[in-house]
Amino acid sequence: MKRLLTKLYRLVIAVIILIAGVTFERTGLIELLSDPYEYPVILELLIQHVYIVGLSMLIATIIGITAGIVLTRARFRKYAGICMYIIGLGQTIPSLAVLALAMSFLGIGFKPAVFALTIYSILPIARNTLAGITAVPPELIDAGKGMGMTPMKILLEVEIPNAMEVILTGFRVALIINIGTAALAYVIGAGGLGDLIFTGISLMQTDKLLAGAIPVTLLALFGDFLSELLGLVLISKGLRLSNR
Amino acid sequence: MITYESVTKVYGKGLNTVTALDNVSFTIPKGEVVVFLGPSGCGKTTTLRLTNRLETLTRGVITIEDQNIMDIDVVQLRQRLGYVIQAIGLFPNKTIAENIAVVPKLLHWDEERISKRVDELLEMTNLDPELYRDRYPAELSGGQQQRVGVARGLAADPNILLMDEPFGAIDPINREEIQDEFLKLQTKLKKTVAFVSHDIHEAIKMGDRIAIFEKGRLVQYDTPEVILTQPKNKFVSDFVGADRALKVLGLMRVSDIINRTPKNIIQGGDRSAEALHFLNTKDSRYGIVLEHNKPIGFVTQKSLKYEDGPVRDAVEPYPVFLREKTPLRDVLSSMLMYSTPTFCVVDDDKNFAGTVTYNDIQKAVKASYADETENVEPVETEVAS
Amino acid sequence: MSTLQFIMDNLNEVLYLSWEHIWIVGIALLIATPIGVVLGIVITKHEQFASRVLNGANILMTIPSLALFGLMLPILSMVDMGLGKVPAIIALVLYSQLPIIRNTYTAIKNVPPALVDAARGMGMSKWKLLRELEIPLAIPLIIAGLRTAAVMNIGVAAIATYIGAGGLGVYIQQGIARVYPEMIMSGAILVSLLAIVVDGGMALLERVATPEGIKVQRKLSR
Repeated sequence: MKRLLTKLYRLVIAVIILIAGVTFERTGLIELLSDPYEYPVILELLIQHVYIVGLSMLIATIIGITAGIVLTRARFRKYAGICMYIIGLGQTIPSLAVLALAMSFLGIGFKPAVFALTIYSILPIARNTLAGITAVPPELIDAGKGMGMTPMKILLEVEIPNAMEVILTGFRVALIINIGTAALAYVIGAGGLGDLIFTGISLMQTDKLLAGAIPVTLLALFGDFLSELLGLVLISKGLRLSNR
Repeated sequence: MITYESVTKVYGKGLNTVTALDNVSFTIPKGEVVVFLGPSGCGKTTTLRLTNRLETLTRGVITIEDQNIMDIDVVQLRQRLGYVIQAIGLFPNKTIAENIAVVPKLLHWDEERISKRVDELLEMTNLDPELYRDRYPAELSGGQQQRVGVARGLAADPNILLMDEPFGAIDPINREEIQDEFLKLQTKLKKTVAFVSHDIHEAIKMGDRIAIFEKGRLVQYDTPEVILTQPKNKFVSDFVGADRALKVLGLMRVSDIINRTPKNIIQGGDRSAEALHFLNTKDSRYGIVLEHNKPIGFVTQKSLKYEDGPVRDAVEPYPVFLREKTPLRDVLSSMLMYSTPTFCVVDDDKNFAGTVTYNDIQKAVKASYADETENVEPVETEVAS
Repeated sequence: MSTLQFIMDNLNEVLYLSWEHIWIVGIALLIATPIGVVLGIVITKHEQFASRVLNGANILMTIPSLALFGLMLPILSMVDMGLGKVPAIIALVLYSQLPIIRNTYTAIKNVPPALVDAARGMGMSKWKLLRELEIPLAIPLIIAGLRTAAVMNIGVAAIATYIGAGGLGVYIQQGIARVYPEMIMSGAILVSLLAIVVDGGMALLERVATPEGIKVQRKLSR
């Protein structure tokens, strides 16, 4: 039974790779990618995509973490519950709707897209920062206080390091959603790899379509990998040990 | 030295107030361990947390080394007081060395001094620095983590240590061991220690004095011996438990009641008949047999009667020997286990030092309760039987 | 206000598109739930596949929806189903797998081992154990997984408009193409409302499905 399933698993992967190879050949994707005139266009759209994602993620991370930290300070803690609720509501709103709303208020182009992506990415980061810091065992904070650590030192040396794993999960979710949503940003005129996908769909040009869809997928998988890598750097080894 | 003067702590405002601590006054003398003892919610932890201002005083005055704590900057105050809590208080994101270095770093010691101090403390708490310095708390056992907790509290060599149920989360065997280690350290370091516990055994063992709290009031503040033998009221005697007599024995040692010149000593080379005669004249049913001043066992009159050769052929060996430091509680236990009413005490070279008998133990217990019957209002005397 | 006007004026169409949206999401969940729950249960019994299956579902979830449509299109066009509702529903079923499998798996893993031991000690068979203990205790968490899947699917279904699946996304797509702000707003607001209402409804269901005994226990432990 077990062996059978393992073999089936391998078979499925092999078939997927085979189908992918055949489709790439049939649709002319390989031809398209080796075309010296198309190649720079794709690269430029990729760079544009990465730029939109990078900029919005940078702003969202700064704002999200700051908001999460502020909401866990004693003075603002009473607002944490209501903020958590609003964030949850915001996360329920579909990404396309967020883009559409941003466009109705700010018009088309690069800026509304970055604005929408930023707002949408703040939510999981702020939420997880808030949840992560709240979940730090109170004994640790007590110990820090009792030894005479200042609130700032407790935040930097105790609260944030111990919440880092949860914060990074939020970052990862935000990054992956952001990369996917940035592909939609084409419809409000922000460019990116969505350009190729949407054009490919509407003109039924599968080579163009795949030239957009595959890099976006790889980008998302890379984002996932990057978050994992970031975890190795940012999460203390002591915490990774205790989770095992 | 720490003094508490009419210390009161009230939680809540308006009508919904709870008095956690009511007009408590006492002094912890310099270099002594005082255990705050009581059931949960009695105010013992509140008292400790008021001392380093993790809680704020409602009324009263607390001073450390003759300085009002309210006159000291709160951060400086806490850095001056070593703080040890259960092992869960170690920072999991920091290595053992970093954990210990928290307060020295706050005090801006230089790197070299910190690393020297860390190694020194690890050695002091029986952890090999080479092995543990760069490990994380998750890699250590509960007992080892707690040793680090103690080391962290001692890091900046504070005169005063505040310990909040520090050994509460460790299994009984390890707890005994770490308590012993701490006591050993304390005889060297002579810190002034406030120690919160809910365990009467721990309190008797660790405390030079015990402060018993009930519902926010200080009920009795005395040495363990006095608390055990003269509990002030029913609450204290209940808390101390029906086995008070045994606990008193836990506090007394062989050296307190040893008989260094027993009359019934026989040499292993003596003839049996002579020995029998000797015991008869001393009116003793048995004799302790020595050889080269080392006890080898005992003989009874009965066994000597049928023996022709030297006494050593009739000897029955003792199952255990006692040391002068052995607590009487352990002695009594051995007596019950081996049904032997007399044991020999030996020194480090196994030389004979004296004897302890069941009767001696009984007399000692009676003596310690001698004044109780006069002083105390009728307490249930289930102990006496 | 003009957005409200737009909705009132096109009420029939609004209702039709909403119904279409719900239909796509509903069918997808109907297909996804048995697959996900069975997979979730199977991997609790065959632990060695757990991480593989969960990782696989996780990778699926990582693929952006638009890219997934794009990747499926050439393959499905071979059987002439590249556009329309079929690829949309397939994508939704795939995306639903992670929350459903993960929640089923965690829920059954979380049943206290002491309870399982007690049940087995009383002579319950594996099947009976699953039916009478593990699944009833797991249902609230499985519904929570369905809730996550449903909310996410409503968003993905809106994007599926671009491969001709219909639904409320049509207003966003058409509105942008025709530069018709009221239409865009209507689409965005309606689809968000749908997501929020479904989220709330499922939350309610989650609470109803929690066995009475556990609710009491939670209240007491608070």
